[in-house]
Amino acid sequence: MKLNILLFGITRDIIGQQKLRYDLPEGATVPHLVKHLKESYPKLHDLDSVMIAVNNEYGQQGQVLHEDDEVALIPPVSGG
Amino acid sequence: MNFKEKISIVLTDEPLQTNVVLDAVQSERAGAVDVFIGTVRNHTQERTVVRLDYEAYDSMAVKEMEKLAEQTCEQWPVEKIAIHHRKGTLYVGDIAVIIAVATPHRQAAFEACKFTIDTLKQTVPIWKKEIFDDGEVWVSAHP
Repeated sequence: MKLNILLFGITRDIIGQQKLRYDLPEGATVPHLVKHLKESYPKLHDLDSVMIAVNNEYGQQGQVLHEDDEVALIPPVSGG
Repeated sequence: MNFKEKISIVLTDEPLQTNVVLDAVQSERAGAVDVFIGTVRNHTQERTVVRLDYEAYDSMAVKEMEKLAEQTCEQWPVEKIAIHHRKGTLYVGDIAVIIAVATPHRQAAFEACKFTIDTLKQTVPIWKKEIFDDGEVWVSAHP
Protein backbone atom coordinates (compact mmCIF):
# COMPACT_ATOMS: atom_id res chain seq x y z
CA MET A 1 0.00 0.00 0.00
CA LYS A 2 1.07 3.58 -0.57
CA LEU A 3 0.90 5.98 2.37
CA ASN A 4 1.01 9.77 2.21
CA ILE A 5 3.01 10.84 5.23
CA LEU A 6 2.92 14.43 6.48
CA LEU A 7 6.26 15.76 7.70
CA PHE A 8 6.93 18.49 10.24
CA GLY A 9 9.86 20.25 11.90
CA ILE A 10 13.17 18.44 11.79
CA THR A 11 11.75 15.37 10.02
CA ARG A 12 10.82 17.61 7.08
CA ASP A 13 14.41 18.88 6.99
CA ILE A 14 15.84 15.33 7.20
CA ILE A 15 13.59 13.85 4.51
CA GLY A 16 13.64 17.04 2.42
CA GLN A 17 9.94 17.34 1.59
CA GLN A 18 6.63 18.24 3.22
CA LYS A 19 4.82 15.10 2.21
CA LEU A 20 6.31 11.67 1.59
CA ARG A 21 4.72 8.98 -0.54
CA TYR A 22 5.88 5.73 1.02
CA ASP A 23 5.33 2.09 0.12
CA LEU A 24 4.60 -0.45 2.87
CA PRO A 25 3.24 -4.02 2.80
CA GLU A 26 -0.48 -4.46 3.54
CA GLY A 27 -1.11 -4.98 7.25
CA ALA A 28 1.92 -2.93 8.30
CA THR A 29 1.68 -1.41 11.76
CA VAL A 30 2.85 1.83 13.38
CA PRO A 31 6.14 0.28 14.65
CA HIS A 32 6.79 -1.23 11.16
CA LEU A 33 6.51 2.22 9.61
CA VAL A 34 8.95 3.73 12.15
CA LYS A 35 11.44 0.92 11.53
CA HIS A 36 11.23 1.24 7.73
CA LEU A 37 11.55 5.02 7.82
CA LYS A 38 14.60 4.83 10.08
CA GLU A 39 16.19 2.41 7.60
CA SER A 40 15.38 4.71 4.67
CA TYR A 41 16.46 7.87 6.53
CA PRO A 42 19.15 6.92 9.08
CA LYS A 43 19.30 10.47 10.48
CA LEU A 44 15.94 9.77 12.13
CA HIS A 45 17.91 7.56 14.57
CA ASP A 46 19.54 10.70 15.98
CA LEU A 47 16.23 12.17 17.17
CA ASP A 48 15.10 11.94 20.78
CA SER A 49 11.85 10.29 19.62
CA VAL A 50 9.91 9.59 16.44
CA MET A 51 6.17 9.09 16.82
CA ILE A 52 3.46 8.39 14.28
CA ALA A 53 0.08 10.09 14.25
CA VAL A 54 -2.83 8.31 12.59
CA ASN A 55 -5.93 10.39 11.78
CA ASN A 56 -4.89 13.15 14.20
CA GLU A 57 -4.21 10.85 17.16
CA TYR A 58 -0.96 9.38 18.45
CA GLY A 59 -0.61 5.90 16.92
CA GLN A 60 -0.58 2.91 19.26
CA GLN A 61 1.88 0.00 19.28
CA GLY A 62 0.46 -2.69 17.00
CA GLN A 63 -2.03 -0.35 15.32
CA VAL A 64 -2.52 -1.43 11.70
CA LEU A 65 -2.19 1.27 9.02
CA HIS A 66 -4.50 1.70 6.04
CA GLU A 67 -3.95 3.47 2.74
CA ASP A 68 -6.62 6.11 3.39
CA ASP A 69 -5.33 6.99 6.89
CA GLU A 70 -3.93 10.45 7.45
CA VAL A 71 -0.43 9.60 8.68
CA ALA A 72 2.10 12.06 10.08
CA LEU A 73 5.60 11.76 11.44
CA ILE A 74 5.87 13.50 14.82
CA PRO A 75 9.40 14.47 15.94
CA PRO A 76 9.90 15.66 19.55
CA VAL A 77 7.40 18.47 20.13
CA SER A 78 8.51 21.87 21.44
CA GLY A 79 5.47 24.09 21.77
CA GLY A 80 4.96 26.62 24.51
CA MET B 1 -19.00 14.63 31.11
CA ASN B 2 -19.17 17.38 28.51
CA PHE B 3 -16.73 20.23 29.16
CA LYS B 4 -17.12 21.94 25.75
CA GLU B 5 -18.74 25.14 27.07
CA LYS B 6 -15.87 25.56 29.56
CA ILE B 7 -13.07 25.39 27.00
CA SER B 8 -11.55 27.99 24.66
CA ILE B 9 -8.88 26.75 22.24
CA VAL B 10 -7.10 28.97 19.72
CA LEU B 11 -4.16 28.29 17.38
CA THR B 12 -3.36 31.36 15.31
CA ASP B 13 -0.81 33.28 13.21
CA GLU B 14 -2.03 36.54 14.78
CA PRO B 15 -0.58 38.10 17.96
CA LEU B 16 -2.21 36.73 21.13
CA GLN B 17 -4.30 39.10 23.26
CA THR B 18 -4.26 38.71 27.04
CA ASN B 19 -7.64 40.45 27.41
CA VAL B 20 -9.27 38.04 24.93
CA VAL B 21 -8.03 35.10 27.01
CA LEU B 22 -9.22 36.71 30.27
CA ASP B 23 -12.66 37.33 28.74
CA ALA B 24 -12.80 33.67 27.70
CA VAL B 25 -12.37 32.47 31.30
CA GLN B 26 -14.82 34.95 32.84
CA SER B 27 -17.07 33.11 35.33
CA GLU B 28 -19.13 34.32 38.28
CA ARG B 29 -18.49 30.99 39.99
CA ALA B 30 -14.71 31.51 39.96
CA GLY B 31 -12.77 33.10 42.81
CA ALA B 32 -9.41 32.63 41.12
CA VAL B 33 -7.94 32.98 37.65
CA ASP B 34 -4.38 31.77 37.11
CA VAL B 35 -2.67 32.90 33.90
CA PHE B 36 0.52 31.58 32.33
CA ILE B 37 2.12 33.61 29.56
CA GLY B 38 4.99 32.09 27.61
CA THR B 39 7.21 34.67 25.88
CA VAL B 40 10.22 34.61 23.58
CA ARG B 41 13.45 35.07 25.53
CA ASN B 42 16.53 36.72 24.05
CA HIS B 43 18.99 33.92 24.76
CA THR B 44 19.36 30.15 25.11
CA GLN B 45 22.40 29.31 27.22
CA GLU B 46 24.99 31.71 25.85
CA ARG B 47 23.52 32.13 22.37
CA THR B 48 21.62 35.23 21.25
CA VAL B 49 18.13 34.46 19.93
CA VAL B 50 17.04 36.47 16.88
CA ARG B 51 13.60 34.90 16.40
CA LEU B 52 11.59 31.69 16.79
CA ASP B 53 9.75 29.99 13.92
CA TYR B 54 6.76 27.99 15.19
CA GLU B 55 4.91 25.45 13.12
CA ALA B 56 2.02 23.17 14.00
CA TYR B 57 0.21 20.14 12.70
CA ASP B 58 -2.90 22.29 12.96
CA SER B 59 -5.73 19.76 13.00
CA MET B 60 -4.01 17.45 15.49
CA ALA B 61 -2.65 20.30 17.63
CA VAL B 62 -6.15 21.71 18.14
CA LYS B 63 -7.44 18.24 18.95
CA GLU B 64 -4.63 17.61 21.46
CA MET B 65 -5.22 21.00 23.11
CA GLU B 66 -8.92 20.14 23.44
CA LYS B 67 -8.07 16.75 24.95
CA LEU B 68 -5.63 18.41 27.34
CA ALA B 69 -8.21 20.99 28.46
CA GLU B 70 -10.71 18.17 29.07
CA GLN B 71 -8.12 16.27 31.08
CA THR B 72 -7.51 19.36 33.23
CA CYS B 73 -11.28 19.73 33.75
CA GLU B 74 -11.45 16.10 34.90
CA GLN B 75 -8.71 16.59 37.51
CA TRP B 76 -9.62 20.02 38.96
CA PRO B 77 -12.91 21.88 39.54
CA VAL B 78 -12.42 24.10 36.47
CA GLU B 79 -15.06 26.72 35.67
CA LYS B 80 -13.32 27.91 32.51
CA ILE B 81 -10.05 27.14 30.76
CA ALA B 82 -8.37 28.79 27.77
CA ILE B 83 -5.35 27.60 25.80
CA HIS B 84 -4.28 30.04 23.09
CA HIS B 85 -1.13 29.27 21.08
CA ARG B 86 0.61 31.33 18.43
CA LYS B 87 2.45 30.02 15.38
CA GLY B 88 4.58 31.58 12.65
CA THR B 89 7.55 33.88 13.24
CA LEU B 90 7.95 35.37 16.73
CA TYR B 91 10.52 37.85 17.99
CA VAL B 92 11.99 38.53 21.43
CA GLY B 93 9.22 39.56 23.83
CA ASP B 94 6.36 38.18 21.72
CA ILE B 95 3.80 35.95 23.42
CA ALA B 96 3.88 32.32 22.22
CA VAL B 97 1.21 30.86 24.49
CA ILE B 98 -1.35 31.98 27.05
CA ILE B 99 -3.10 29.56 29.39
CA ALA B 100 -5.76 30.74 31.81
CA VAL B 101 -7.70 28.63 34.29
CA ALA B 102 -10.64 29.83 36.41
CA THR B 103 -11.59 27.82 39.49
CA PRO B 104 -13.52 28.56 42.70
CA HIS B 105 -10.33 28.71 44.83
CA ARG B 106 -6.72 29.62 44.02
CA GLN B 107 -4.90 26.38 44.83
CA ALA B 108 -6.69 24.48 42.06
CA ALA B 109 -6.11 27.32 39.58
CA PHE B 110 -2.34 27.28 40.23
CA GLU B 111 -2.10 23.49 39.96
CA ALA B 112 -4.35 23.15 36.92
CA CYS B 113 -2.52 25.91 35.03
CA LYS B 114 0.89 24.34 35.73
CA PHE B 115 -0.34 20.91 34.67
CA THR B 116 -1.75 22.35 31.44
CA ILE B 117 1.43 24.13 30.29
CA ASP B 118 3.69 21.24 31.38
CA THR B 119 1.56 18.70 29.48
CA LEU B 120 1.15 20.94 26.42
CA LYS B 121 4.92 21.00 26.06
CA GLN B 122 4.98 17.18 25.99
CA THR B 123 1.97 16.27 23.85
CA VAL B 124 0.78 19.01 21.49
CA PRO B 125 2.32 18.73 17.98
CA ILE B 126 3.83 22.21 17.73
CA TRP B 127 7.51 22.75 16.95
CA LYS B 128 9.82 25.72 17.28
CA LYS B 129 13.07 26.45 15.57
CA GLU B 130 15.40 28.83 17.37
CA ILE B 131 17.24 31.18 15.03
CA PHE B 132 20.40 32.53 16.64
CA ASP B 133 22.76 35.18 15.34
CA ASP B 134 25.10 32.30 14.43
CA GLY B 135 22.89 29.38 13.39
CA GLU B 136 19.57 27.64 14.03
CA VAL B 137 18.21 24.56 15.80
CA TRP B 138 14.91 22.66 16.16
CA VAL B 139 14.28 22.78 19.91
CA SER B 140 14.35 19.43 21.79
CA ALA B 141 14.86 17.39 18.61
CA HIS B 142 18.09 15.73 19.71
CA PRO B 143 18.91 14.07 23.05
